[in-house]
Amino acid sequence: MSSGHNYPHESTGVETRKLGMWVFLSTEILFFGTLITTFMIFKGRDFPGIKLTDVYDIPFTSVSSFVLLMSSLTMVLAHNALENSDQEKTRVWLLATAMLGSVFLAGQIYEFTEFYHKGFELSTNIFSSTFYVLTGFHGLHVFIGVVFLIGLWAIGQRQQGLSLDSGFNLEFIALYWHFVDIVWIVLFTVVYLI
Amino acid sequence: MTKIVEPDKQTNIFRRPSSEYGIWSWITTVDHKKIGIMYGYAAFFFLLIGGLEALFLRIQLAQPDNNFLSAAEYNAMFTMHGTTMVFLAIMPISAAFFNYLLPLQIGARDVAFPRLNALSFWIWTFGGIFLYSTFIFGTAGAPEGGYLAEEVGWLGNAPNGGWFGYQPNAGFKYSPGTAMDYWAIGLQILGISSLVSAFNFIVTILNMRTKGMRFMRMPVFTWMTFAVAFLLAFSLPIIAIALFYVTFDRQFGTTFFLTEGGGDPVLWQHLFWLFGHPEVYILILPAFGIVSEILPTFSRKPLFGYPAIVFAGFGIAFIGFGVWAHHMFASAISPVAQAGFGISTMVIAVPTGVKIFNWLGTIWGGKLNLKTPMLFALGFIGMFVIGGLSGVTHSIVPADTQQTDTYYIVAHFHYVLFGGAMFGIFGGLYYWFPKVWGRMYNETLGQIHFWTMLIGFNLTFGPMHWLGLQGQIRRTWVYAEETNLGFWNLIVSIGAFIIALSILIFMANWMYSKRKGEIAPFDPWDARTIEWTIPSPTPVWNFSKAPEVKSLDDFWHAKYGEDEEGRAVRRESADDLLLQLEEEGLNPEEEIILPNPSYFPFVLSSGLPFIGYAVIYKSIPLALIGVVLLLVGAFGWATEPLEEEFNTAEEEE
Repeated sequence: MSSGHNYPHESTGVETRKLGMWVFLSTEILFFGTLITTFMIFKGRDFPGIKLTDVYDIPFTSVSSFVLLMSSLTMVLAHNALENSDQEKTRVWLLATAMLGSVFLAGQIYEFTEFYHKGFELSTNIFSSTFYVLTGFHGLHVFIGVVFLIGLWAIGQRQQGLSLDSGFNLEFIALYWHFVDIVWIVLFTVVYLI
Repeated sequence: MTKIVEPDKQTNIFRRPSSEYGIWSWITTVDHKKIGIMYGYAAFFFLLIGGLEALFLRIQLAQPDNNFLSAAEYNAMFTMHGTTMVFLAIMPISAAFFNYLLPLQIGARDVAFPRLNALSFWIWTFGGIFLYSTFIFGTAGAPEGGYLAEEVGWLGNAPNGGWFGYQPNAGFKYSPGTAMDYWAIGLQILGISSLVSAFNFIVTILNMRTKGMRFMRMPVFTWMTFAVAFLLAFSLPIIAIALFYVTFDRQFGTTFFLTEGGGDPVLWQHLFWLFGHPEVYILILPAFGIVSEILPTFSRKPLFGYPAIVFAGFGIAFIGFGVWAHHMFASAISPVAQAGFGISTMVIAVPTGVKIFNWLGTIWGGKLNLKTPMLFALGFIGMFVIGGLSGVTHSIVPADTQQTDTYYIVAHFHYVLFGGAMFGIFGGLYYWFPKVWGRMYNETLGQIHFWTMLIGFNLTFGPMHWLGLQGQIRRTWVYAEETNLGFWNLIVSIGAFIIALSILIFMANWMYSKRKGEIAPFDPWDARTIEWTIPSPTPVWNFSKAPEVKSLDDFWHAKYGEDEEGRAVRRESADDLLLQLEEEGLNPEEEIILPNPSYFPFVLSSGLPFIGYAVIYKSIPLALIGVVLLLVGAFGWATEPLEEEFNTAEEEE
């Protein structure tokens, strides 16, 4: 990729940028791992004041979780459409993925405001702090993902469209997006259900 | 006749940078060699600053009850000395070696992501500037019951909670100024840089190896780079999150590490050392790699036990994640944990010992060529063994409890990180000097540098062992005359100035030889690895065609055969081979496509300090500037192809 075309550049046979994304995601596991560990450590301790169980609304969060999971499906459909060189469908599914991601984000913002008004603030107690930092960090990931998706969609508007083997690549953004979804499944379980 | 490929500048919205000389060529470069050189110089600059801070500390401690520095200034100086040496000197000097050598050692034209590589460098640079801007903008503040604000002085307006930033001392209550915010956010920025380069190096080693460069044919330095990249990738996220918590505690009123709100200061220690101990190996493994290159070359023998050295390196990296709590034996951890971590600390000495014996086996019976790089490599082994042995003593918990926070610890880790890492790095700087500059350094000055540094080093850190055992406490700005510690402290301070002198000799040698040194012969060290099969200084395109590697130490086997008794005999064709390689290396026959320079890594990374200031000063405009720079950088980057559509031009040579 970075070398002349007569130069070997995929010793492992995996596309270089995709490999880079896998390595990046492996460090993301450590990021979320540290956050979740902290959350679990403090979860068992006594703390004063309001608890998450006093304010949360599991049906609401379940719905927004479902929305986020569906966005993984639309992401796969976008990828599939691009493999069939259907530029228009690719753009539609990309936009759909971005929209679903935004709905999830909107849900999170609504949820945070709701909690805040009920007195569950960032610095209320150690539990609320870990809650906001953990879910907020995930929300930031979704936000960055949405920016990527919209960027990809915008680039897809150009004449030559998107392609799987060059440029700003759909495949590795899809990897990222699925990863962020999987992390949410873990977070939803750990934070809300356990 | 060479085919040169020129980018067509009409295809993009922004004109692409095209300078080949001058400052813009450096700011926009994506060439791993130039980035490596920039890392080297910038890190050396910070090394000098960190050294200056150390000299201040030693002037203060040269006499009992001295008042050269105030307590506040002393705190700031040792904090900045540690932080600078770890994050702004040794790590980036190692990064300089990785950048320059890694692609050459695996026969690649560049790293996997050249622009990300530039991004790592610029983020690191801006992180360093941000951290040091604390001297101008930061304030140390005056904690309740601590020193007074007027005692702080200019020097004291730097982070003062130690490079380890223990909580709650580094929290808002006891460090009320902004200085520790600069520290937390500065390290965060530096961490991003290291993470990005870790991805880059891992992918480069996995994917950019040339024909026949199987894993078990890679030079040991490449292997150690690989191990370090994994250590970075898996340890930095931990400290990143911990630093987030610190910033939240200090800025947004959370209590992650403050007992008042149900938080836990020991959690900080766990998270910090869970990063901090792998960090120790991040600092030392590059030197292991460098020494493993130097010793076989100057002993004229293959590296003894190549697979053992490689696996020991990974063993160290792996076990390195399981020993962190030996930094915390004096903290609140249970006896079972103490015993467990004591044992794992002993265990990690095993792969380290394997390496040392392999190095000794390499030298054993070799024809030693005692040039400067070899001297530094030998010095490295000696000093590192001392540091390693004093390190194993920490696995005995009762002894460690006694030694914690004394100068014994200071002596130990300086033997490892200075006697180890820095000696290895200096060896590497001399060894690859001809590769980078195409000239030879001055051998006499090099040897003088080695001997003054060895003497100065041992005078400085040797006596600290018994100072520590006699009970001199670290991080304390004065000691009383009645303690009778004055004599050895004076010796230590004299030693520190001898080290400074040796560094000056090194700089003089470097500056002079780079311009006026003898022109280096094609293969000055009769080397073994493929970075020496190309001309020096390295041409922009590295290898004019992808080399094919047939064995470990490929270049050596191309030059040497064996006689009936198995002794190495130089082939008659060897000299012709060198001439031919030089000729081919300078005149590529194939079309060469290099990644184009780019403004965007620089633009993108320049946004980060603004975001840092915005967090500290809660300023929306600064945040906006930062975000805009980030977005412009990211957007420009995403829409700019790595290589332009090319017009191929024919040019007469």
